[in-house]
Amino acid sequence: MSYFIDRRLNARHKSAVNRQRFLDRYRTHIKRSVEEAVNRRSITDMERGEKVSIPARDISEPVFQHGPGGERTIVSPGNREFVEGDRLRRPTGGGGGGAGEGGASDQGEGMDEFAFSLTREEFLEFVFDGLELPHLERKQLVDLEEVKPVRAGISKDGVPSRINIVRSMREAQARRIAMRAPIRRALREAIEALEMEERKDPVLRNPSRVTELRAEIERLEKRLESVPFIDTYDLRYNHLVNQPQPSNKAVMFCIMDVSGSMTQSHKDIAKRFFLLLYLFLERNYEKVELVFVRHHTAAKEVDEEEFFYSRETGGTIVSSALTLVDEIVTRRYPTAQWNLYVAQASDGDNWDDDSTTCRELLVKSLMPRLQYYTYVEITPHAHQALWEEYESVQDDFPERFAMRQIVEAGDIYPVFRELFRRRAEA
Amino acid sequence: MNLKTPIATGSDWNFGILTDYEHEIARLADEYRLDTYPNQIEIITSEQMMDAYASVGMPVGYHHWSFGKQFLSVEQAYRRGQMGLAYELVINSDPCIAYLMEENTLMMQVLVMAHACYGHNSFFKGNYLFRTWTDASAIVDYLVFARKYVSECEERHGVAAVEQLLDACHALQNYGVDRYKRPSPISAEEEARRQTEREEYLQSQVNMLWRTIPRSEALDTPLMDDHEDPLGLHQQGRYPEEPQENLLYFIEKNAPLLAPWQREIVRIVRKLAQYFYPQRQTQVMNEGWATFWHYTLMNRLFDEGLVDEGLILEFLQSHTAVVNQPGFDSPHYSGINPYALGFAMFSDIRRICETPTDEDREWFPDIAGSDWLDTLHFAMRNFKDESFVQQFLSPKVIRDLKLFSLVDDDSEELLSIEAIHDERGYQRVREALSVQYALSVREPNIQVWKADIRGDRSLTLHHVQDRRRPLAKSVYPVMRHLHHLWGFPVKLASLEGDDIVRRYQWPLPDKTSER
Repeated sequence: MSYFIDRRLNARHKSAVNRQRFLDRYRTHIKRSVEEAVNRRSITDMERGEKVSIPARDISEPVFQHGPGGERTIVSPGNREFVEGDRLRRPTGGGGGGAGEGGASDQGEGMDEFAFSLTREEFLEFVFDGLELPHLERKQLVDLEEVKPVRAGISKDGVPSRINIVRSMREAQARRIAMRAPIRRALREAIEALEMEERKDPVLRNPSRVTELRAEIERLEKRLESVPFIDTYDLRYNHLVNQPQPSNKAVMFCIMDVSGSMTQSHKDIAKRFFLLLYLFLERNYEKVELVFVRHHTAAKEVDEEEFFYSRETGGTIVSSALTLVDEIVTRRYPTAQWNLYVAQASDGDNWDDDSTTCRELLVKSLMPRLQYYTYVEITPHAHQALWEEYESVQDDFPERFAMRQIVEAGDIYPVFRELFRRRAEA
Repeated sequence: MNLKTPIATGSDWNFGILTDYEHEIARLADEYRLDTYPNQIEIITSEQMMDAYASVGMPVGYHHWSFGKQFLSVEQAYRRGQMGLAYELVINSDPCIAYLMEENTLMMQVLVMAHACYGHNSFFKGNYLFRTWTDASAIVDYLVFARKYVSECEERHGVAAVEQLLDACHALQNYGVDRYKRPSPISAEEEARRQTEREEYLQSQVNMLWRTIPRSEALDTPLMDDHEDPLGLHQQGRYPEEPQENLLYFIEKNAPLLAPWQREIVRIVRKLAQYFYPQRQTQVMNEGWATFWHYTLMNRLFDEGLVDEGLILEFLQSHTAVVNQPGFDSPHYSGINPYALGFAMFSDIRRICETPTDEDREWFPDIAGSDWLDTLHFAMRNFKDESFVQQFLSPKVIRDLKLFSLVDDDSEELLSIEAIHDERGYQRVREALSVQYALSVREPNIQVWKADIRGDRSLTLHHVQDRRRPLAKSVYPVMRHLHHLWGFPVKLASLEGDDIVRRYQWPLPDKTSER
């Protein structure tokens, strides 16, 4: 007897728990691989999973086994030229196992490494492990415009579409019971009186009393009937109140200096930094918008392609970009609805007297509206005026303004981690 | 014979076609007296197949990282295309659960049905080891019980604590069987009913056993003379009186410090190890038997015209790949292929019965010329790999596979060829191969020798060396796991004859006190 069962629609990933247990157990190993991968990878493929290798001895499940040595007999197939009594040299590197011990493969990874792939989600999980968005809680509920209707009990008035039928019917029934009870009692008394009257000897009966009672009964029955089944008074409505919602939207401004002094390798480093920030924000907000602002002496909002790959020449006026960002925020991203992040990358060059303007702009206008401002300076050289001015901004907003220097690509990830380190550790 | 029309052609399948083929295979299998459990054939996706692989063939299992590791490596191999997932996932249960992957072609589905649902299934039901050691009707219930119990423990005592315990148990799971005692059948209801009772009872018993005050090492050997020990409390000999081969059982019953739930988990691992015990010893037979029957049944389907030429050609190609045996010096060599050896042996038994040569008459006087089906069933029922090879490996199979045996002795400079496929060698090759499949030779022979219940509570194991073969380095991590379970020092002595040649212990002795 046999039967077929189609299980294809059953849950997949039955092993998900076991897989997660494995990843947790080897967290440190995996993290190391992931960090190496982040530093090594090209910008474009941060979005895929990663192959991770763990030394096999670290994850072996030991059991009692025979070790090399002693004497053993091995039966193998495929004899060609051997005859009984032949003596042969031990194959080198065979670990004493001789011909019989297959297993060590010479292609792909050897047996010394246990290799497997992380999915994209798992990979990013490890990349951002231990990092936290700074000051997510800053936005007070009062200045949030985003609201969501929430059930808040029952009310007596409302629109017909929100009638709560069960509660309304219950009210109606209660009212009916309450209103009918005295009438019923009076009716019962009248009926009893009438019966008593009628049981009396016909001689003793009071005909006028009988008529009176009959009229009373009739009147009461009418009253009983006229109690309405449902009344406007009974209606109950589901009550909704608008609850302010923390905003789930973020916008990230990428500001980059594209003046002649910024080489393509500078831009690549900047791009990686922006990318990390983007991936990070994406994991924390439902929706993340990107705005690219590049500048030399004048700032311009551009698309991603142009942002990273077009070349410009000329001097540098950083404040032009900040002014543009300020305008865009005012025009398109009301602070009540958007979490604003700005990441700026530059090589530190600026017109001398412009740096003061930048500070003014930041402190007066931009910083109060932003969640976080990160500035990375990609230069091996000494800092210039801009850095110094920014340092004073950082003193004013130590919680929300961060700046670091990056010299080469390998610095990005550590710097990023430092900037977004969980605050408890900081 | 009237040729029937093929049930289906091409490589697409649907449930109707599968059912029809299943009926036909069942009819033919019945002709060959293949006695099976009812089949529960499940169609699954490749992802689900990987899940099934990862849980080492258990339809439900408790959670443990090692299964996750298994899953990752299966997934990796599959993604790279190093491994097909098609054959073989069949669970020894009643009804017998077999998995068909939806990606398979029609040929594959029919092949897997013949192989798993009739080959393996009848082996599970017929072979004496499976009959003795497993209870097909109860295993799924027991697995459900185990999973539930383990996850309850995780809730109560924390995932980490349970994981450590399972790690330790897994390290010893090959030593969880009493080879010479028939186990009582396991049943989930019974387990659940008795479990609480057992917890309390066990704990009280262990406490009794250990209600002796630990003493210092100095008093170890000349415990106390009669004068100081008039009641003979210290003269009661070794405990356990006989060496115990079932380490997990001994720990479950005697480890002094384990909490009742920990004992229960040790028991669960032991019971599951017991369930897999026959599989480890019948690989050649089991695969050989299933391969022999899928080959026979598929050919019968073709002979009757129920499958077309295209399908049978596709089948033959796949079958040939399965029973391929690369030579020892081939880059693809990874030991003797159990499918190849098993298939060759079962096919050869049939040949010996049907068309015996003089050589066969000399080597197999009692089966040459007998009814082949009876003989095949007899072989399937009453042997395991070790004895099967010993009984039935014929000179012809040795010649066909060109088997040779080689002695590797670390005291000699050169390896020596002991026997090859010739008149003088058959017997010795056969014996050597048989020994190679003996579990007692494949795995080190380790037994509980002494639990020092009146002294420092240490546990001593004895390892009896087989032809001077020492233990691999993994002995230390295993000892550490054992120490976790036992809670007091554990020692292990390797014996060659009666002499102790090597001692291991955990915790490691201090460097200063080392001799």
